[in-house]
Amino acid sequence: MAECHPVGFQWVMEAKARGAKVIHVDPRFTRTSALADIHVPLRAGTDIAFLGGIVNYVLQEEKYFREYLLAYSNAATIIAEEFADTEDLDGVFSGLNREQRSYDTQTWQYEGTDMQAASGQRDQEWKERTGEGSSVSEAARGEAHGSGGAEIGAEPQADVTLQHPRCVFQILKRHFARYTPEMVEQICGVPQATFRQVCELLAENSGRDRTSAFAYSVGWTQHTVGVQYIRTAAILQTLLGNIGRPGGGILALRGHASIQGSTDIPTLFNLLPGYIPMPHAHTNEDLDAFVEAEGTKKGYWGNMRSYLVSLLKAYWGPAARPDNDFCFDHLPRLTGSHSTYETVMEQLRGTCKGYFLLGENPAVGSANAKMQRLGMANLDWLVVRDFSLIESATWWKDGPEIESGELRSEDIATEVFFLPAAAHTEKDGSFTNTQRMLQWHHQAVEPAGDARSDLWFTYHLGRKIREKLLAATMDESTSDEQRERDRPVLELTWDYPTKGAMAEPEAEAVLAEINGWNSDAEPLSSYEQLKDDGSTACGCWIYCGVYKEGVNQASRRKPTTEQNWVAPEWGWAWPANRRILYNRASADPDGKPWSERKALVWWDADECKWTGHDVPDFKPTKAPDFRPDEDATGPDALTGTDAFIMQADGKAWLYVPAGLTDGPLPTHYEPQDSPFPNLLYPQQRNPVRQMIRHKHNRFQPSSTEPGSDVFPFVVTTYRLTEHHTAGGMSRWQPYLAELQPELFCEVSPELARERHLEHMGWATIATARGVIEARVLVTERLTPLKIQGRTLHQVGLPYHWGQNGLTTGDTVNELISLSLDPNSHIQETKAAACDIRPGRRPRGPERLELVRRYQERAGITPETGTEV
Amino acid sequence: MTTTDPASQTGYRDHPPRMGFFTDTSVCIGCKACEVACKEWNAVPEDGIALTGMSYDNTVGLGADTWRHVAFIEQRKPIAQQDAGLHHDTDVLAMAADEPSTDFRWLMSSDVCKHCTEAACLDVCPTGSLFRTEFGTVVVQEDICNGCGYCIPACPYGVIDQREGDGRAWKCTLCYDRLGQGQEPACAKACPTDSIQFGPLDELRERAQHRVEQLQDAGVSDARLYGESPEDGVGGDGAFFLLLDEPEVYGLPPDPKVTTRDLPAMWRHVGTAAVTLVGGALAAFAATAFGRRK
Repeated sequence: MAECHPVGFQWVMEAKARGAKVIHVDPRFTRTSALADIHVPLRAGTDIAFLGGIVNYVLQEEKYFREYLLAYSNAATIIAEEFADTEDLDGVFSGLNREQRSYDTQTWQYEGTDMQAASGQRDQEWKERTGEGSSVSEAARGEAHGSGGAEIGAEPQADVTLQHPRCVFQILKRHFARYTPEMVEQICGVPQATFRQVCELLAENSGRDRTSAFAYSVGWTQHTVGVQYIRTAAILQTLLGNIGRPGGGILALRGHASIQGSTDIPTLFNLLPGYIPMPHAHTNEDLDAFVEAEGTKKGYWGNMRSYLVSLLKAYWGPAARPDNDFCFDHLPRLTGSHSTYETVMEQLRGTCKGYFLLGENPAVGSANAKMQRLGMANLDWLVVRDFSLIESATWWKDGPEIESGELRSEDIATEVFFLPAAAHTEKDGSFTNTQRMLQWHHQAVEPAGDARSDLWFTYHLGRKIREKLLAATMDESTSDEQRERDRPVLELTWDYPTKGAMAEPEAEAVLAEINGWNSDAEPLSSYEQLKDDGSTACGCWIYCGVYKEGVNQASRRKPTTEQNWVAPEWGWAWPANRRILYNRASADPDGKPWSERKALVWWDADECKWTGHDVPDFKPTKAPDFRPDEDATGPDALTGTDAFIMQADGKAWLYVPAGLTDGPLPTHYEPQDSPFPNLLYPQQRNPVRQMIRHKHNRFQPSSTEPGSDVFPFVVTTYRLTEHHTAGGMSRWQPYLAELQPELFCEVSPELARERHLEHMGWATIATARGVIEARVLVTERLTPLKIQGRTLHQVGLPYHWGQNGLTTGDTVNELISLSLDPNSHIQETKAAACDIRPGRRPRGPERLELVRRYQERAGITPETGTEV
Repeated sequence: MTTTDPASQTGYRDHPPRMGFFTDTSVCIGCKACEVACKEWNAVPEDGIALTGMSYDNTVGLGADTWRHVAFIEQRKPIAQQDAGLHHDTDVLAMAADEPSTDFRWLMSSDVCKHCTEAACLDVCPTGSLFRTEFGTVVVQEDICNGCGYCIPACPYGVIDQREGDGRAWKCTLCYDRLGQGQEPACAKACPTDSIQFGPLDELRERAQHRVEQLQDAGVSDARLYGESPEDGVGGDGAFFLLLDEPEVYGLPPDPKVTTRDLPAMWRHVGTAAVTLVGGALAAFAATAFGRRK
């Protein structure tokens, strides 16, 4: 965190000054470790084993917060009899289809009722919920769900004694029983005493009077089991009662400024603003069928229709009417995964012909950089908007494939447009940070030369496209089919006011649209006001209120000394300016704070309302003893103790009955390429991990397979404080380039001795995908680990470099394979197996020859590592 | 007026309090924001893009083109329990097993011009380019400096330096231009963990004393102040430090002395010698003259 989020780390230091203990778990000793109380080095790619070991400790030693657990989690819920755990099936869950490499998730459900997820893969049960695609608006509800199907939305069965063998608590206990301290030691390389110390610290610092927080950087997501890493932390924090309470939580430290914002109002293919799922291309799916399938009966997702209709009104304004489903059919449809890596594959296949790169440098920053460049070389056109001529803009003349002779500039047909981009100081806008807090930034200077903001680019590009399409529509020769095709674009509300000589769109006008308005064009103040009849428009329901009373709430700057410790008047946090989500859980079931020390919100019995330091994340007048009518739906169906108001059952999920593709419980699987067998199960890897098969994306033998000893070390990639991601913002800055002037690899003195690596000399690092060279930094910050009776060396590689800029170096992502988490489609950048040898890598075609020789030595075929 | 009030000694009347830096290295996270902020504000040129292999320190030391420098020291010693101990109600570390966790630590420290009470650079400057400000800091005026370079060997810390291709001497100004506007220096402003603290020197010294005692009470016996004492060889530094090891470990001289301290005595000796020489010459001349008369 100190490495990649030095500004945010000031609050860790502040907490430390107030007595907090800091535990840092990382393969390397970093700037964070330097300031921590304890540093725990572990083998990259084994965090589920480590965290699972803590879960087991908490369960075995009964360190969990029982009252919290019973009130706010699904610990007592009973799971359907058909469910079979990894304990029963040698490391896989019930429902695995080995041919399709996917799970039928139906057997993971609660007994007697189907749950819908509040996020993730909400389309999983589309068939069951809509009746094979027949529209629910046309068909009677009973027909739609079929006879004998589960009753959706019924209260789940529970055993509050937590004794039922199929209750979540008992399943959890059995599932994690094998994650013993001995296993943690053997898998992670963490000595049992150190592990015990971490367990005790965490448990002692949780409960009524104390809370612990987890902070992770996005490296946790960069595994074939990335989502399950975070799930394990969520289980632990729920068991310990550390969610919804001050000083608790799981903080996702994002990789760039406002990546949180670009998830909320997403640049992701499978989400609409406010975490509404993007519709799939089901036949006959209308608005009602979509809401039926993706929404929930209980909780705030029960209001999905209001959020979605208001979004459609923001997109299409007066064109969105009740009689045309509010233009629901104008929304694009998913036909599968369209993540960044599938897009690259489509480029290679020739189906994706154009590509916009806005502040992204995949030729350096994305896994398997070679495939990124080869994909771009197969495009008709490529638009790069960045500060400098990054590698993704120049690969066609000076990329590694030009050097190796694989590509010749004169043969590449891609037309490349480079458009200079304005920096954040040159434009108005907002950043949303990891706490979901929006902070407005004001333009300080005009952008220089041709540089323009992304807002300018997007708005004017849309304006020009619309002009062209309008002209085409007016033209008599245009077919009706084309007119129909263009209607979604032409009917968009695209009328933002602009200012200045550059005609820069007013960023605040966009914020006002995101906030939303009623039919009188008055700004809304809360998502509770959103309607499903088309009388409200709102660009992102969770941001509703950010422009309350026509005031930009995100630009508030009241100092902390002039308000309470929650500081509600600094910026604005979604939703409804709540600073801690699910904070109903900070009070006990009766509405009293668990302790005075950790009081946040509570029920005021005299006033009959929730009150406290923070904005209560609960209906303000819903009493703790409230029980809903049986036929209540949506938020009204939540009881007075259903603190997790987005969940279909109002509970924190220790066990996830829906929404995940790879299991209801986290399970340790080895990374795609690993020098070690999975000690916990016969199943080596995540059986449903997403693998991209391609001749440039070969996988390696793992475990004890012949050839695995060719890649005996573990490599992990990361960032340095001095540089930013793929370098576009830092390698061209002299003041940053001089601070970390060259790519290096970090190795322990022991590995240096073993492989004859010299400090400040050169090393060549190899995987089945590529070879790179780096200067050698021998440092004790990398420490050898004892794993399964042998010494493991790890190689550290910062990934900022490419061939352009003031400081240059090989691109580390040449080494990384496209093996992805099946939920998030994020690549496994943080753990792979590699070889390292002294000296520089060969130049030209000989570089490819060295990769080929490595593949040959390891006996790699197209099938290697692709087993289920 | 004490010796820690160099502005008054210089002749300022009604001047602001002496301002300085307290760099608490026990909370430095080595982010180098100070280095970058300094260069941005003062338009200091890039200082060479070359890997040094000295841990994460590629700046190496202070110089004409580096006015803040973060040192990185890797050591086989336990992580310091760097703990301000403001209000400890429970010590969870003590509650857990007392297994030693690690025996490796990484020290980071942001170095800067010390703005000495007795500043040799200023003493030897023949042009008056180096001057004492009303804040008690020492600043070079680049439009007056003639590049004679006398100040460079005079500095006991090796801070001030001549810029290549320019010849003039450059160093930290403690952001004299910002101070005049009531703003803190760029490095202190940018420091995310308040490792670099700016303020009236008297206050900083008090705060630092409190901090070092806290750390020592918390078992960090290595914690010590450096450059805070008016009794030291430069009359105390305007920019002083809390260190977690010997000064030499950080590349700081253990016992710095103002290099011009002995100058008056030296000049006295020179004067005596000169008088003697002149006297001898005169005597010889007189003798000759008398001789001629003969």
